[in-house]
Amino acid sequence: MRNSTSGRPTISVQGLRKRYGQQEAVRGIDLQVRAGEVFAFLGPNGAGKTTTVEILEGYRARNAGQVEVLGVDPAAADRAWRARIGVVLQSGQTQPALTVRETVEQFAGYYPSPRPVQETIEMVGLAEQAAVRVRRLSGGQRRRLDVALGLVGDPEVLFLDEPTTGFDPAARRNAWRTISGLRQLGTTIFLTTHYIEEAQELADRVAIIVAGRIVAEGPPAELLTRGRRDLQVSFQLPESLTATDLPAGLDGELTVRGDRVELRTPTPVHALNLLTGWALQRGVDLPELEARRGRLEDVYLELTEGG
Amino acid sequence: MGMGLVWHQYRYDRRTFWRDPASVFFTVALPLIFLFLFVSIFGNQTTTVQGRQLKVSTYYVPGIITLSVISATFFNLAISVTISREQGLLKRLRSTPLPPSVLFGGRILNSTVVTLLMVVAVVGIGRLLYGVAVPTATLPGALLALVVGAGAFCALGLALTAVIPSEGAAPAITNAIILPLYFISGVFLPDEVLPAPVRQVADLFPVKHLFQSLLTAFDPNVGGAGVAVGHIAVVAAWGVAGLLVAMRTFRWTPRGD
Repeated sequence: MRNSTSGRPTISVQGLRKRYGQQEAVRGIDLQVRAGEVFAFLGPNGAGKTTTVEILEGYRARNAGQVEVLGVDPAAADRAWRARIGVVLQSGQTQPALTVRETVEQFAGYYPSPRPVQETIEMVGLAEQAAVRVRRLSGGQRRRLDVALGLVGDPEVLFLDEPTTGFDPAARRNAWRTISGLRQLGTTIFLTTHYIEEAQELADRVAIIVAGRIVAEGPPAELLTRGRRDLQVSFQLPESLTATDLPAGLDGELTVRGDRVELRTPTPVHALNLLTGWALQRGVDLPELEARRGRLEDVYLELTEGG
Repeated sequence: MGMGLVWHQYRYDRRTFWRDPASVFFTVALPLIFLFLFVSIFGNQTTTVQGRQLKVSTYYVPGIITLSVISATFFNLAISVTISREQGLLKRLRSTPLPPSVLFGGRILNSTVVTLLMVVAVVGIGRLLYGVAVPTATLPGALLALVVGAGAFCALGLALTAVIPSEGAAPAITNAIILPLYFISGVFLPDEVLPAPVRQVADLFPVKHLFQSLLTAFDPNVGGAGVAVGHIAVVAAWGVAGLLVAMRTFRWTPRGD
């Protein structure tokens, strides 16, 4: 529905580097985000996520690399460009003495064609708090106000820097619904997060960043298969038995921590058959028996620990 | 854009100002309390101050106007802009299409409106309670002193934010600078009681010169337009210096960002 960037990527980064003194926070990042895409930048604290997003927002100068957002270098951006982006900083702050509605109205006034104030407040679920002063809002409600201020200019690109950090699970689900709703409207979203489920739930594509470098990139489902294809079989060792009692011939990588047995196996049917036969023969149950495919979390942990 | 957007910004700055009990007390209530206190402590008879034959209240009305102008501009901007910076509001606004000139325009307009309200209140109380004449022939001198004074102290307040490290330090640093200057500049007490070296120190700073230019306009013995050219020039010079420093040193982001 928006084709102002007609074919060109909405965000394009090549060879981006940023140093703080001796410390190189971003060490050569390349990425492209297409119009209408939800792109998640996933990584542990201190990986360079905020530095990168703040360069894209025009806050920080870079040491090397090409950066374009909506066809413009953010370092040389003007008012017209700022009117087309929406920003939710990692720690937002607004005037505590103003109400939610006043704050959204104030920001709406800065944009050439803002989203209606009431609609924006409803989108983030603050309709009941519209007349409440910001100082009386809870932390989660303030964060939703930050999101409202990012949305009120009706941006083509929305940058969300850790939008749900500190949320309880229910609030996080609500925020995810709001962000998914924006995708329907065609807004391009660049999201940073250190929550794997958030990237998995929201993103069309995920880039995992560790120590200033992108170590993996792709759709969440594809990232999964890029990790081990093995199935993970786990159970609790029956009280009467020890690890040495386990059947021979289990194919894969076996780890035993206390009474917890984990097997990563490329031949799960064979392994399960062997294990359940062994258990029946011994006349024991296998408590908490479970077999599951790897999660993005496993891939992520592998990559971040390796890095 | 332009004035329309400044007005938009001003509406929210005005609400923020009037909803903050500290800014209302220090900027609006305290100068009026000082006016009542000084006139009741020192009586309202005619005396000779600095070679001028004046009623005590005629001395204190321009003194309290000086205090009001500085509170509404210098004090208010130094503290409120530092708070906005440290809380991250200035940083947030930088990624909106709001031009910096409009951001400052809104704050400065709010300071100007508060200044005007205070001038009207102080002059009105002086006239009604103490019979202090409202400048007529010397009105140009009074207005010029007010405009230059308000502008200069706005610039100085913005310049000061660069050296204030945190929200908590803002009131302390601002008061530490301005309170001694009130005392040595004749705003609270006629400075004849002070030793000459202290008065010479006061001569270097703009508080005394703003006060003297207003006092000139309020002194019924002064003829002409009441423009104290030398004093106003010193205030203006400080304002220009403040503006240059503010433009070079102003920070948008919280410390440590």
